[in-house]
Amino acid sequence: MKKSKKKMWFAVFTLPTVFIFLTVVLIPFSMGIVYSFFEWDGMALHEKKFIGFSNYINMFSDERFISSIWITVKYTLIAALIINVLGLLFALLVTQKLKVRNTLRTMFFMPNLIGGLILGFIWQFIFMKVFEQIGSSTGLDNIFFNWILDEKFALFAIILVSTWQMAGYIMIIYITGIQSIPTELLEAAKVDGAGYFQRFKSIMFPLLTPAFTVSLFLSLSNSFKIYDVNLSLTGGGPYNSTEMFAMNVYNEIFSYKNFGYGQSKAVMFFFFVALITLVQVYLSKKREVEM
Amino acid sequence: MNKMKRLIIEVLALLLGIVYLLPVYIMIVNAFKDRAQMYDNVLALPDKFDFVFFKRAIEKMDYIKAFSNSLLIAVLSIGFIIILASMTAWMLVRTKHIISKIIFFTFIATMLIPFQAVMMPLMQFMGFISKNTIFQMLNTRFGLIYMYIGFGTSMAVFLFHGFIKGIPISLEEAATIDGCNKWKIFWNIIFPILKPTTVTVIILDLIWIWNDFLLPSLILSSKSLRTIPLSTFYFFGEFTIQWNMAMAGLVLTIIPVIIFYIFAQKHIIQGVTAGAVK
Repeated sequence: MKKSKKKMWFAVFTLPTVFIFLTVVLIPFSMGIVYSFFEWDGMALHEKKFIGFSNYINMFSDERFISSIWITVKYTLIAALIINVLGLLFALLVTQKLKVRNTLRTMFFMPNLIGGLILGFIWQFIFMKVFEQIGSSTGLDNIFFNWILDEKFALFAIILVSTWQMAGYIMIIYITGIQSIPTELLEAAKVDGAGYFQRFKSIMFPLLTPAFTVSLFLSLSNSFKIYDVNLSLTGGGPYNSTEMFAMNVYNEIFSYKNFGYGQSKAVMFFFFVALITLVQVYLSKKREVEM
Repeated sequence: MNKMKRLIIEVLALLLGIVYLLPVYIMIVNAFKDRAQMYDNVLALPDKFDFVFFKRAIEKMDYIKAFSNSLLIAVLSIGFIIILASMTAWMLVRTKHIISKIIFFTFIATMLIPFQAVMMPLMQFMGFISKNTIFQMLNTRFGLIYMYIGFGTSMAVFLFHGFIKGIPISLEEAATIDGCNKWKIFWNIIFPILKPTTVTVIILDLIWIWNDFLLPSLILSSKSLRTIPLSTFYFFGEFTIQWNMAMAGLVLTIIPVIIFYIFAQKHIIQGVTAGAVK
């Protein structure tokens, strides 16, 4: 009697969530793996043809796909680096004893709330109108021109915008890290005559390791999954030079209607994201042992 | 001298913040300018504050409709995520059983799945449900909310789970002796204690759902159901040549965000910190 009642309560509290989760995440995810072994154009009436690993093999000779991965990797590494450097600098600035520090936090964090799609549109205007106007009125038109239309610069346009979006977010994590450093340590070093740079290098930097781990993970995995800014800022152009992994997957499925092939790319996308995340978890576990 | 140096640093820091937000300034001022004025100088303040582009943008975007759609979808999705995830997390913590471990582990593991990896089969499966049951999942607010709950619960369960582990069980035992059942114990004793995590979940999910574009773009095809990011997307496609109107449209989309930020600043920063560090 008591046991069945316990079971009843367990079901009441967990079943609704588990049911929704199954139907939205787990079943589609499993279906997706199955789809990736078929050739199918997405039409319900057309037959799905089982082709084994052919989709996966074809990826290796898909130049546009390979290049989208390289662009994504390049973008992710550069963006994550800049985001973290900037985020840390902002955090160091707003943890000083300044009257304006709370206002500054608000200002640096704000782009993060606006959302990738809108940010891309705002910056589209800036590159098209503001950059061109600054370029022509100052003569610096080799720096200030419409980056979006240039095959080499378009990627840096995305890097600039997404850095602007994410630096404030990463700043918050570094602030937490800096605030958890015992002030006595820094005070003592100051008394001993250590300058600001020396205190940063010998005390703050090593003690910030946990913050670095979290920030690197977030900036790497978020950058790797970028889609909204990519879509609204460059749309993958010019000449597909900024079509990144997520956008390539979307286009393959919904624009070219290669459902099976597109889904196999989607599964690869999952493996890449999982790999980044798991390597990160492994590294942070290793760090925990040391501490 | 030292005081002077301080002041200079304060001013420089503030200036840096202002430069950082220049794009927002540029967007706002150009929403008021006519074509000639914009070509004259994009950075200058407008001659006069004429709201004509805002009026037109509100009409063209069907702004009021989009705003209420976004609000309704966000509020209902987040409400359900909080209720369901907190209940589940509590039960999973308090039941020492292999099944609860498996459920929890599955929630955590699937946080690795990016949306792009499931979007196509999700559409297929939801189409299947719509065809074979009375539940219409595609092109309905209900369907979209249902899917947000599905995608939002794992993170929420994870956050609640972490918090609940730190709550002493003695509180609940005392209530059990007094004859409370699990339902009452959860809602009267546990749920109020969860408030800090609840706020974190609200903030994180609100930023996510309010700005989300891909999922609604796949689910909603009717114009009348469009959320703010969706209506911005279609509006922008139509008006890129009329930049002043496009800018007015963008200003409208970020106004709710800024108002929300001003009022909930402290909670937002804390929520983001808690969510990110865990």
